[in-house]
Amino acid sequence: MSSEWPLWEIFIRSQHGLAHKHVGSLHAVDAQMAIRNARDVYTRRNEGISIWVARSADIHASSPGDKEALFEPSNDKVYRHPTFFPMPDDVKHI
Amino acid sequence: MYAQMVDTGVAKVRDVAEMTQEERAFQDRIDADVKVEPKDWMPDAYRRTLIRQIQQHAHSEIVGMLPEGNWITRAPSLQRKATLMAKVQDEGGHGLYLYCAAETLGVSRDAMVADLHAGKVKYSSIFNYPTLTWADIGTIGWLVDGAAIMNQIPLCRCSFGPYARAMIRVCKEESFHQRQGYDIMLALCRGTPEQKVMAQDALNRWWWPSLMMFGPPDAASVHSAQSARWKIKLLSNDELRQRFVDQTVPQADYLGLKVPDDRLAWSAERGHYDFGEIDWQEFHEVIKGNGPCNRERMQTRIKAWEDGAWVREAALAHAEKHAARERQAA
Repeated sequence: MSSEWPLWEIFIRSQHGLAHKHVGSLHAVDAQMAIRNARDVYTRRNEGISIWVARSADIHASSPGDKEALFEPSNDKVYRHPTFFPMPDDVKHI
Repeated sequence: MYAQMVDTGVAKVRDVAEMTQEERAFQDRIDADVKVEPKDWMPDAYRRTLIRQIQQHAHSEIVGMLPEGNWITRAPSLQRKATLMAKVQDEGGHGLYLYCAAETLGVSRDAMVADLHAGKVKYSSIFNYPTLTWADIGTIGWLVDGAAIMNQIPLCRCSFGPYARAMIRVCKEESFHQRQGYDIMLALCRGTPEQKVMAQDALNRWWWPSLMMFGPPDAASVHSAQSARWKIKLLSNDELRQRFVDQTVPQADYLGLKVPDDRLAWSAERGHYDFGEIDWQEFHEVIKGNGPCNRERMQTRIKAWEDGAWVREAALAHAEKHAARERQAA
């Protein structure tokens, strides 16, 4: 029998109030084992205080081919950034 | 290096005129330092070469646990033992980061392990040498991990995103490995005359194999040229080797140890150390499987894999049974 253990994606939240961040993946038979192994593989030096695991098969991703359709529309909307509106030097706290 | 003589499968580096439109767009992105991600289009040769390179690198981390593991039960103090265990555990972790990076390219973990065990994919030549004394553990941390850092720091900038990210994690941890090794050497060299002799003996045996880690000389290696073009090899073998010698010789001087090379001398003209000829025949013999420990290393890996088979199967069966029970209860 050579049935490989499923692959899990690992997300770690560090101590500084940041969101969980993807750090890599590992193989485990279930979620509990994935969390235990993630502790050993990805947090040997206080990298985090919370672990999320998700089966890689359950993750749906945007396709690189859709990059233009998805992300280009925001390119010409520079007015969404505060720097689009120059402020007079004399106006403070804005 | 940890990945030596990676075959790119190309006979010569293709120039722009020979590339398809897709290949040209791909090369343009690499030239612009845009990272390649797993789902992006990539030439088959790039994918295959990276699978070989990352896989070799991962196998080296895993096999590299064996020579050091040899001394865990015999470390001279509890602190040294705890440190060595942490170091060997890191190497296992590095292997796992790298296997995961390779898996994003579409190769399975089982297939990689099978390739290693069948001798189809190599691991670094350095791990085929024995660790005869405690000083070897110090020397490995100092020289072998030192050489690894030299190679891995540029790889943090390589073109394949998952590999570059794995290298960043590895490099953060590797500096501890080198320092703990040098700390062992410091203790031995400040110790009794017998301890100093032991340190010198270890340096004598590991110096040349460490220089061989960087791989054969650059002259006319088509694989290196293609890998450089793809930015999966950022500095040449000879460049890295020279940097390593320049960095390490003063460290040996500080320890009061003699580097076993009569031709080693500072060249004011070049601003580098000159050093003697490397015995490339020995290197090729070790790569071919005829080093002092090749057979033992492979036997140990294969035995561990086979002896662990029932555990892998039982854990999977147990998880499936639990999942089925939960579905029934729901």
